[in-house]
Amino acid sequence: MQARTRLLVVVILTLCFGIGLILYKHLALGFPLLPYDKTFVWTIEAKIDFLAQGDPVIVTFTLPPEEPNLTFMEEDFASPDYGYSGLASPTGRRAQWSKRTATGPQTTYYRLSLYENDWIADQPPSDAPQSPMQPEFDEVFKTAAVTLLDQVRAKSANPETFTRELIKTLNSTSPSQNQRLLLNDHADAEYKTNLIVNLLALEGLSARVVRGLYLEDGRRRQSLTNFVEVHDGNQWILFDQDTGVSGKPDNFLMWQRGGQSLLDVVGGTNSRVSFSIIKNVQSTRNLVVRSSMNKQAGLIDFSIYSLPIEQQNAFKMILLLPIGALIVVIMRLIIGIRTSGTFMPILIALALIQTTLVTGIIMFLIVVSTGLFIRSYLSRLNLLFVARISAVIIVVIAIMASISIISHKLGLSQAMTVTLFPMIILAWTIERMSVLWEEDGPREVFIQGGGSLLTAIIAYLFMTNRIVEYLTFNFPELMLVNLALILILGQYTGYRLSELYRFHSLERRNDTSKR
Amino acid sequence: MILASVRKLRSFGIIGMNQRNFGLVSKYNPRHLYPLVDDKLKTKKLAQDAGISVPQLLGTLNFQHDVKGLKEILKQHKQFVIKPVTGSGGKGILVISEHDHTNYYKPSGDALRLHHIERHVSNILSGLHSLGGKPDAVMIESLIQLDPVFSNYSYEGIPDIRIIVLKGYPIMAMLRLTTHESDGKANLHQGAVGVGIDIGTGNALHAVQFGNPVSRHPDTKKVFTELTIPHWDELLRLAAASYEMTGLGYLGVDIVLDKDQGPMIIELNARPGLAIQVANCAGLLPRITAIEALNNIEPDPQVRVNFSKENFSTTLRRLPPRKQRTRATDHAKNKFS
Repeated sequence: MQARTRLLVVVILTLCFGIGLILYKHLALGFPLLPYDKTFVWTIEAKIDFLAQGDPVIVTFTLPPEEPNLTFMEEDFASPDYGYSGLASPTGRRAQWSKRTATGPQTTYYRLSLYENDWIADQPPSDAPQSPMQPEFDEVFKTAAVTLLDQVRAKSANPETFTRELIKTLNSTSPSQNQRLLLNDHADAEYKTNLIVNLLALEGLSARVVRGLYLEDGRRRQSLTNFVEVHDGNQWILFDQDTGVSGKPDNFLMWQRGGQSLLDVVGGTNSRVSFSIIKNVQSTRNLVVRSSMNKQAGLIDFSIYSLPIEQQNAFKMILLLPIGALIVVIMRLIIGIRTSGTFMPILIALALIQTTLVTGIIMFLIVVSTGLFIRSYLSRLNLLFVARISAVIIVVIAIMASISIISHKLGLSQAMTVTLFPMIILAWTIERMSVLWEEDGPREVFIQGGGSLLTAIIAYLFMTNRIVEYLTFNFPELMLVNLALILILGQYTGYRLSELYRFHSLERRNDTSKR
Repeated sequence: MILASVRKLRSFGIIGMNQRNFGLVSKYNPRHLYPLVDDKLKTKKLAQDAGISVPQLLGTLNFQHDVKGLKEILKQHKQFVIKPVTGSGGKGILVISEHDHTNYYKPSGDALRLHHIERHVSNILSGLHSLGGKPDAVMIESLIQLDPVFSNYSYEGIPDIRIIVLKGYPIMAMLRLTTHESDGKANLHQGAVGVGIDIGTGNALHAVQFGNPVSRHPDTKKVFTELTIPHWDELLRLAAASYEMTGLGYLGVDIVLDKDQGPMIIELNARPGLAIQVANCAGLLPRITAIEALNNIEPDPQVRVNFSKENFSTTLRRLPPRKQRTRATDHAKNKFS
């Protein structure tokens, strides 16, 4: 009884530890539980062109702010011959390129790749900024503005609806005289943004310019789109200045907030910045592993991922073995299938993984049956046991070689995979089967051989399953869960499925004798 | 139905392989005692020391070069059995019932030459039949003379009686009869007939071959109902005494009847199989619970035999309507008594 409780404690501890680690990796580090999880990675390139005039050049460029729901994978500031430094200002990050002398057309680049993670961040309520400075308008302009604001105010209830109504009115297709005066026939987006911010300031509302980039695959020579952000007393609300729609649009990257300039070039003219965007798909798992490695998350840093790729691949295979072991335990303890050699089925399954299922089975049967045939001759030669086993190994190699050569001549490239079967295992199988044949007859050979093959095929199907493969490699903690399962199965004292068949005549006779 | 229902099997008290391994073998048989029964020479020595009769040992071979001396040993005996010392389940046993120094005849009449026997011996020495393929030794024993009781019930071989002994109490017995199909071997896998034997009387109860009920011996066509094992008390006493001899709590004792020398132990088994339940058409569990419910083990084998005869006979006295006892209630009872 005590041993039982002790085992139960061990099982529960392993189970909790294993599942806990899996949940931690899934929930905290973001490892997806399925291999199909894909993430879009955006690569954005900002290209800054200007004409240098032979003087020292300083280019300052605003960089997008890091937000919790975005993961920046890589930033690249490659620009030949330019010195680079990053600046942190209260309004955000800025990049600065500099050069002592430059003449003619110059280009600097900023490249960023990023993806959206599942982080759901509540927007913290921000304190109300200082009330805005009253803009200075000339008299005519101010009258028009006040009239417009009065109209808008009548149709709105709070800062949010006020802003929306203002933007709609300014963008209406049949503008009144006032609007035309205010818009001044400049359809320039920059002008409109400033106008809206100023009008809101006149109304006493804090507003600021937001510039951002619509992320669309394969776009080139894009420029930033202007938005207006208004503070409603609690938080900032983003408005599209052309439609009045509020909220952040999908696939929109905020690049710059506030009125600071996007680009300053000292020592150059005709500066302009253009963006190109590429989208590609990557498996979420790869991204998470990478970002966790970067963040030095202990669990990942001290894991299989820190090994060289070659060793990682070896481990991929090794980590599948526990699954095979579990299958063998289930097949033997619960189903009651007899196999020749306890773990031989796993080794066959490993070989099948290399050769693919059907070819592998055909090759296995050919080699074993030919081997059995030759072995029956060897048994007449009166050999000592060890010598005979060695002879069988050589026979197996010869069979493999001839299969490979014949199939190559016939143009069957698949049969070449026969060499992937472990030779010693095959030799042992042949030897055991042959002894079994002599002692217990062919029936037992078919039962045990068939049992081994069936177990191997089932183990193979599990071990090649993509989800299983993914889970075992990316969550090695599963081994603990597996271990707990095997420990529990080790206590199973119920009937095996095969015993229900074995004892079925007993049930019938007991029934009849009772009647 | 091809499959039996779990509920019914459980109500009969049938024990499965997992329960045997877990609840009997690993519970009652300390591993360090296994060599006593796995090594047939040790078993033989133990039995002789305890005054139990065993087949006479004619010779042993330990090394490959001993094989040359085989002819000398064989020359002196008309009949003999060659066995691996650590083999199990009747593997590697070669019976020679007659020879003229060139041809050696198996009971089936097949003739072997000396080099066949030498190869067989050298295979055994290489560990072909031993557990885990360890190097093995060969023992040559005198051949058992078939008791006339069985002459109508066996074909080309010697039947043996398997008695399951739990903590010194014989709880179930089975007679294994050789058939043509089993090639003269008393092995149920290979087609020997298993006959359930009543512990109380030694009478035959049921018979099975390949798990199916039979009422007559497939070769001699004799019905089993007339069969009673002679010296039954003696057999039970031998089986019960094996407990003291080995210290193993769950034991399969294999006994043969020799025409002249009576019952002899030929093999002990620390992991006896479950086919005996099919042959007896009864489960082991009720009898195991009855033994486990005992507070102390009687030191005298004869007292234990009497207890078993009284309690486990199906013909003398039907068991009282079975009270299904669980381990837990037994523990509770033990505590209060």
